[in-house]
Parts: sequence; structure tokens; C-alpha cells
Amino acid sequence: MKQFIAFVRKEFYHVLRDKRTLLILFGMPIAQILIFGFALSNEVKDSQILVVDYARDDASRHIIDRVEASRYFEVCKEAMSHKDILSTFQEGKIKAVLVFPADFNNDLLHNNKAKVQVITDATDINTANMITNYLTAIITDYQNDVNENLSIPYQIIPETRMLYNPQLKGAHGFVPGVMALVLMLVSVMMTAISIVKEKETGTMEILLVSPFKPILVIFAKAFPYLILSLINVSAILFLSVFALELPVKGSLVLLFAESTLFIITCLSLGIFISIKTNSQQIAMLISLMGMLLPTMMFSGFLFPIENMPYPLQVVSNIIPSKWFYIIVKSIMIKGLGIAALWKETVILIGMTMFLLIISLKSFKIRLE
Amino acid sequence: MEAIRVNHITKTYNEGKVKAVDDVSFSVGKGELFGLIGPDGAGKTSIFRMLTTLLLPDKGTATVDGFDVVKDFRQIRNSVGYMPGKFSLYQDLTIEENLNFFATVFDTTVEQNYHLIKDIYVQIEPFKKRRAGKLSGGMKQKLALCCALIHKPTTLFLDEPTTGVDPVSRKEFWEMLRRLKEQGITIMVSTPYMDEASLCDRIALIQGGKILSVDTPDNIVNTYPDRLYAIKANEMYLLLKTLESYPDTSNSYAFGEYAHATFKNNDVSELDNYLSSKGLSGIEIKDIEATIEDSFIRLLH
Repeated sequence: MKQFIAFVRKEFYHVLRDKRTLLILFGMPIAQILIFGFALSNEVKDSQILVVDYARDDASRHIIDRVEASRYFEVCKEAMSHKDILSTFQEGKIKAVLVFPADFNNDLLHNNKAKVQVITDATDINTANMITNYLTAIITDYQNDVNENLSIPYQIIPETRMLYNPQLKGAHGFVPGVMALVLMLVSVMMTAISIVKEKETGTMEILLVSPFKPILVIFAKAFPYLILSLINVSAILFLSVFALELPVKGSLVLLFAESTLFIITCLSLGIFISIKTNSQQIAMLISLMGMLLPTMMFSGFLFPIENMPYPLQVVSNIIPSKWFYIIVKSIMIKGLGIAALWKETVILIGMTMFLLIISLKSFKIRLE
Repeated sequence: MEAIRVNHITKTYNEGKVKAVDDVSFSVGKGELFGLIGPDGAGKTSIFRMLTTLLLPDKGTATVDGFDVVKDFRQIRNSVGYMPGKFSLYQDLTIEENLNFFATVFDTTVEQNYHLIKDIYVQIEPFKKRRAGKLSGGMKQKLALCCALIHKPTTLFLDEPTTGVDPVSRKEFWEMLRRLKEQGITIMVSTPYMDEASLCDRIALIQGGKILSVDTPDNIVNTYPDRLYAIKANEMYLLLKTLESYPDTSNSYAFGEYAHATFKNNDVSELDNYLSSKGLSGIEIKDIEATIEDSFIRLLH
């Protein structure tokens, strides 16, 4: 045990004394979270919008009140004609326009159906998309409230000038995505590199000719990265809760337990790569090409898996980060518990066991 | 009992295409300072790695302290000290941290075996807070030796410890080995430098994976069978050419500012005239004692 502790301490020295490693370890996740986070959240907050209300009735008033009450919008001006729309847009102050037709309430009461027009400034596509989504959500919300007391439901149809973008559905889906990405990078690449480094510099030779059990070398090398990765998870969660105001809806304990499981999966992968390679460059390339790219492509973080051709959907099943992404998303955003996630958890455990066993089996106690 | 015993070991690489060690046998007594002398690529490192259980021999057996290098690799790893040819300590750790780390890995403390490394460690102690990567070649070697010694090994394997080290540090290093030997530690050391061979108790001359001779340095020199001559003239290149064409020459080669040569019948009475007739001047012919290098060159022919 004393040996193990000495080894872990040495490993921390390596990490803490290498500025570049430190930067990758802690700078990257923080930068990613902040970049993703503020690119998504800042612009939509308090967006200025113009309201053109031809109806001036109860229903339109209620909706305008709700829009104004939300933290995303600020009604800067109310206009009476279409001409004003163009000129106000050109001033560049507003992000969107909400238009109610003259017989809005009437249509709603008699036809059970009414239309609203949402026009957005599409020069910034992402913001436009988001605004459309939020406005639609507010209108749908109103509609649901009204319908509660009615036998025949009213229908308000927002007509938008923007195409609905399914990727932006879960606006905060990037936090689980970044988490999977960062853990993959830190655990797989750093572990693989640090073990291969011992081989490359020849220190592995000395370690092998010592009473220290070779298997312990592997565990002692992996252990610090487990700790560092958990620190990273905490940092990401801290930022997402306090900087992005995205609370963790589910159990924090469960989230950490699942993260630890995924980190161990990654560490086993890293160990396996380190056993099969002899130079730091190759270890890094394999980690990047073989792990990072599939994580980006197949975890569902950037590209929805449902939209992929069937063979690629099958391939995505063997990517551990896909399952981790589902788990984190469910815990953080949907607030689900282990009962809903046991399948994904079992798959991850299975992958981890498999990787650990083949890594330990192929570990060489000699040089060849 | 012998500390190291090697029986007909063979090691090949690339599925048998490259023969690194070819049917090698020798033994090293307890407390002996044994040198493995040979040029780069002779198979020295392969032998070291097989004895330190890092490589498996293709054929043959070997024991260290009576333990088999294949079956009992764990016991060997517990008891020997190994210093690889390349500087292999943690460059980003300080002298002190490296030493403490290796002491702990070998389940001991620096204090416990300080007497073993004291002579060496005091020389690098003023720099103990300096990172190993920032040390000079000689200091690195001293640190590596300290780390290899810290667990009081029974046998010490030093693979080319003086390669790339300045002459003064090399001399100091060999003095340290002498003192360690006095403490009863068996030392097996390899070197490409012939002048270091005479500092060993016994040496094995190795070339192309084969052992040419195993004996004490004195015996190797004394059993040189021919009379050896050192010859000098104004033009070295012409001298070597001429010696080669001289009918009585059995062997000739450049050796520093002289050419060394042996002759059939050990007769050099006509040589002076022959060399002059070929246009050489300032001729000097000396009868000399053979060195290890001369023996080595003779064995190669």
C-alpha cells in the first residue's frame, strides 16, 4: 500500500509539473462549458421583440403579457402596421416580431383555431431558431391553460418563418455531451500516454525489474486519472449549475456513480491502447481518432443517432460514450433515476468488464 | 556458489531472422566484478535483459542467485539492481524524489541503506532539489546508480553505465564500482570501452552475439600468442597499405598514432628496409605488450 501511495504521488507530480497537461486537463473542460454555455444562453435572454397586434382582444393581450413576463423577451415596442416591422428590423434592435391577425380571439372562439405569425431575424440562425422555439412554447403554454376548462380544444397555430431545428430541442444537451467528451479525452488519452511514456523513456524497464507487481503499475497509473476526471466532472457540474443555471434534476450521487463507471470504462480503454502501442504519438493518435471522433459522431451529442443510416446506428451501440450520454442526459435534464437507466448502466458495466479483462490479459510482464 | 550462470542461451529477434545472442555460456562468481566487453550491437543489452528477466531466451537457461530467469523471475526482480543503458529515471522529478520513489517501490527507505549509497550520494546531494532532467551526464549516472543500489541488491546489472560520460566521471564511476564490490555485491557491467576492461576482475569479450573469450584481463593479455609490434612512419595511410602487402605480415591495423602488427615467425629484421623501399621515412619499430584491444582484434580474425 505504501508503494501504491508513493506511485500515485509520483503520478501527481508528473501531471502538476507539466503545464501543457494541466492546461488540457482543466482548461479544456472549463473552456468548452463556457463557450458552449454562453454561445447558447446569453443572446436569447432579454431579446427585444416587436409586437404587431391587429386584434387588440383578450387572447392577444394575455399572450403578450406572458411573453413579456418571460425572462427571454422584452417587448420593446408595439406597432400597428406591417410597415413598422420592416423599418424596426432595419434599425437592428429587435430580434423577432410577433403578429396577431385582426380576428384572433374571434377565430379562436368560433373556429377553435387561430393563427399567429412569428418573424425572426434569420441572419443569426441559431438565435432565430431558439427565439422561435421559445415563443412557440409560450403560445402552446397559453393554449394548454385555456384548454383545461374546455371540451373542444382551441388551437393556436404559430406560423413561423423559420424551419424547426430538431437539434436545438434540448438546448442544454451539450453539458452531458461535453462531459462525455472531456472524460473520454482525459481518461483514455492521458492514461494511454502516461503509461506509454514510461515505456518510451525506459522507466518501465526499471519498474518491471522491481518487486512492484506489474498489474499494480497499471492501477497506480490509472488511479490519479480517476481522481482528476472526477474533479473535472465536479467542475463541469459546478459551472453548469452556477454559470449556466442548468440544475441537476436527478440524483447527484447517481450521477457521480455513473460518471465513475464511465471513467473506469475509459481508463480500461486507455490501458488497452497503452499496452498495444510503444510511442506516445501513436497512443495519442489512436486515442484521438479511435475514441474522440466516434464520441463526437456517435454519442448523439452533435448528430442525432435516429437520423443516421441503419448500419451507423448499429455501430453507435459499441461506443461507450453513447450510453453515458444517454445516462447523463436522463439524470441531469429529465431527472430520471436508476430504475429508468438500468439497461444503459448494465451495458456500460459489461463494456468495462470486457475492456478490463482484455487489458489485464494482454498486459506484458516482460519487454516483448 | 555462482551469482550468475548462463548456459547456452540464444536470443533471436524478428522471428529468428536476427540472431542477437548466439549460444552464450559463462558464469560469474559471488562478489565478482564481471565485464561484458564488446562493440555496439554485439548483444550485450540482450544478455542483460534476459538476466534481469525482461526478455525470454529462445534456447538455453540462466540463473541469477540460483533462481531461474524464466521460472523464478519474481525472486530475481526482488533481489537484483538494474541500471539500463539509457538514462531511465523520471526527468521531471528531483534527485531526492527519484531516490525516495525507488526506495519505496523496493519496499525500503533511503535511511535504511544509506551506507551503501553514501559515497555516491554525497556528490550529488547539493543538487537534491534539482530535477533529474537538468543534471549533467555524470550526475545522472550517479543518481541512476544510487537508485539501482537503494534496495541493497545482491547482484547489480549495469548496462553501459559510462557511455556518454566524460573521462573524469568515468574514472570516478569505476572507483565507485570497486568500493561496491568490497561490500560484497556482485557486479556485472557492460562497456564498449576497452580501457575499462582492465578494471574488471574477469571479462567476456563478445562480438556478433558470440563470446570470444572469458578470462581475467591479465590472462587475456598474457596469453596473446604472438609478438606484437608498434610501427610508426611519416605517412600512416601508406604505412598501413605497405604493411598489408608485406608478405610476412599476419595481421596489421591502425592503433592511435601507431600501426600494430604481428608477423609470421615473429621476424622483423627485413621490415625496416622494406618500408623504406616503399618510400616511407621516419620509421620506428617497437616490440610492445598486447592490450585487451589487441587481444580482441586478434580474436575477431
